[in-house]
Amino acid sequence: MNAQTPTPQAESRQAEARQAETRQAKTPAGMPAITYNFAYLDEQTKRMIRRAILKAIAIPGYQVPFASREMPMPYGWGTGGVQVTAAILGPDDVLKVIDQGSDDTTNAVAIRGFFETTAGVATTTRTQDATIIQTRHRIPEGALQAGQVLVYQVPIPEPLRFLEPRETETRKLHGLADYGLMHVKLYEDIARHGHIATTYAYPVEVAGRYVMDPSPIPKFDNPKMDDSPALQLFGAGREKRIYAIPPHTKVVPLDFEDHPFRVQHFAKPCALCGAHGVYLDEVILDDRGGRMFVCSDTDYCNTRQAEGHTGEMSAPAPEAAE
Amino acid sequence: MYVAVKGGETAIRNAHALLAETRRGDPAVPEIGIDQIAGQLTLAVDRVMSEGSLYDRPLAALAIKQARGDLIEAIFLVRAFRTTLPRFGYCLPVDTARMRVERRISATYKDMPGGQVLGPTFDYTHRLLDPSLAGGGAAPAEPARAPLPDDAGAGIAAMPRVTDILDGEGLIEPAPASGEDPRDLTREPLSFPADRPLRLQNLARGDEGFLLALGYSTQRGYARTHPFVGEVRFGEVEVELFVEELGFAVPLGAVSVTECQMVNQFKGSAEVPPQFTRGYGFAFGQSERKAMSMALVDRALRFAELGEEKSAPAQDEEFVLSHSDNVQATGFVEHLKLPHYVDFQAELELVRRMRAEHGDALPQTTQEAAE
Repeated sequence: MNAQTPTPQAESRQAEARQAETRQAKTPAGMPAITYNFAYLDEQTKRMIRRAILKAIAIPGYQVPFASREMPMPYGWGTGGVQVTAAILGPDDVLKVIDQGSDDTTNAVAIRGFFETTAGVATTTRTQDATIIQTRHRIPEGALQAGQVLVYQVPIPEPLRFLEPRETETRKLHGLADYGLMHVKLYEDIARHGHIATTYAYPVEVAGRYVMDPSPIPKFDNPKMDDSPALQLFGAGREKRIYAIPPHTKVVPLDFEDHPFRVQHFAKPCALCGAHGVYLDEVILDDRGGRMFVCSDTDYCNTRQAEGHTGEMSAPAPEAAE
Repeated sequence: MYVAVKGGETAIRNAHALLAETRRGDPAVPEIGIDQIAGQLTLAVDRVMSEGSLYDRPLAALAIKQARGDLIEAIFLVRAFRTTLPRFGYCLPVDTARMRVERRISATYKDMPGGQVLGPTFDYTHRLLDPSLAGGGAAPAEPARAPLPDDAGAGIAAMPRVTDILDGEGLIEPAPASGEDPRDLTREPLSFPADRPLRLQNLARGDEGFLLALGYSTQRGYARTHPFVGEVRFGEVEVELFVEELGFAVPLGAVSVTECQMVNQFKGSAEVPPQFTRGYGFAFGQSERKAMSMALVDRALRFAELGEEKSAPAQDEEFVLSHSDNVQATGFVEHLKLPHYVDFQAELELVRRMRAEHGDALPQTTQEAAE
């Protein structure tokens, strides 16, 4: 889905041409031959998903129902994100997959491997080299650029779900832009705890209309969604919803005048690259309370380290760092 | 010294190798064959076909083998394959009255045309472990079979569905017709309110255990429906596809199915005299528990059209249909195993801060600043 990508038809023809070369699993006699299309999904399904994506882009923050397919990874493992990625992926795309900010967590590795196998696309861990970044629970620290697509994996797309479990009701509330429930919830948090006790999946208002679940990213990442030059797509496979934030869309976290939205701030910089103002993972070092804080975005941290930045626990010699 | 968590790729490869080795078990023991699973673990295969929504015995058997006998995992494997298959068309409704019946019992009549056919069932066995099965015993004795009514004409009249008998007297509501073509749950997202064809599709794919518990709950007073098993039948039915170009239906083959017609009480209303009502269950293979549970839940979900009070979980369409799919359920429950440390960190920060504010002298590692 980068700028060079040809028309959907041409892309689809290319994909169909590739279908011929798709690996054909060996199956014993008496069983149907098992073949898979470019990027796994058949072209009809991709068209259906693309239509949902286009609708989602046209109505920022609105959850578009789509006929989510069973994917070869479990629901909850990112089937929505994988379907969105499969639908927009072209042979020339460069894919990056992160989970918790890291390219090396098991699920990121598995999803990256899935597209390497089924689509044969180039993959990268470098944020600025990727045309499509599929993510779970984080937005990369480095600023995204025009032409990049950020694909979020979404477990529960409905921001009102924990206030109203019924889909029939929540759709009505969105239709009426009736978000009083959410404001009451945030107010009750403040009354009870002195704070808004939502630290991740913090609800946002998109383009002045729909309240949207940003997926379980820490609220630290919410400001990155606002006016982003990149296209942001959200896929919820199990719940069968796609939604989107087009580039340069206003995204505002819900708050109150006297309790403005705030993000987490870490007292210390990253222990490996010394970065300030980034989201950190807490790593337990021993059973006596020893801990360190390191960048959650591994690519960001590695890049900084390669540039010579150090933190308080940086290895003295380069060979010990890995 | 902190060592960055690298090498996920190698670790995953090794985990897969270990899984393959564990699945195989002791190499000194002969490997189990797909034909053995398909031929001897038939009810497991039936369940995987039913909830996997794909009638293919060898593939279901392969899935069971690959899943190490975990049937939900096997169902998942089959579903993930099924979803990639193109749709050529929709078959005609199968006619279960023309079933080549292997088992057919009714709890509402002692005898009826076609009689009670017990067939292969656990129902009347004593559940005593049979040591003779442990060591490759002799082949079981050949059972005597009653001659089945021939399907060349005679079968239809000889084995009518019990609900059709009741219908002849007007004692049971006519089978509720749904005017238009049913929607396809696998091609469009579930939306509410769902009509009955959509509900039945959902229940047919639904988890046996979930439907069993819900069906059971209706028997214990949570939306009681006073059910009788009008009939449970199991056997082969022919599947036909109407081919536009030919102008007639072409048989595609036969599938083994179980059908349950539950007959339930209905008090009647101002407009409708008291009559029996229907709950319907259907599953691939011999899946009686599933078909019966489905029929109970189907009937409970029909409360609104029958003017009954809504009082129980089994009547709650959104609750039942949103949670019946075990592939979805197991995925979302088990995804909790995936890393969540970014979110957990966010919660840690908040809890520490709130505890600090509460007057605890806990170490405060992070603080909040205005953005």
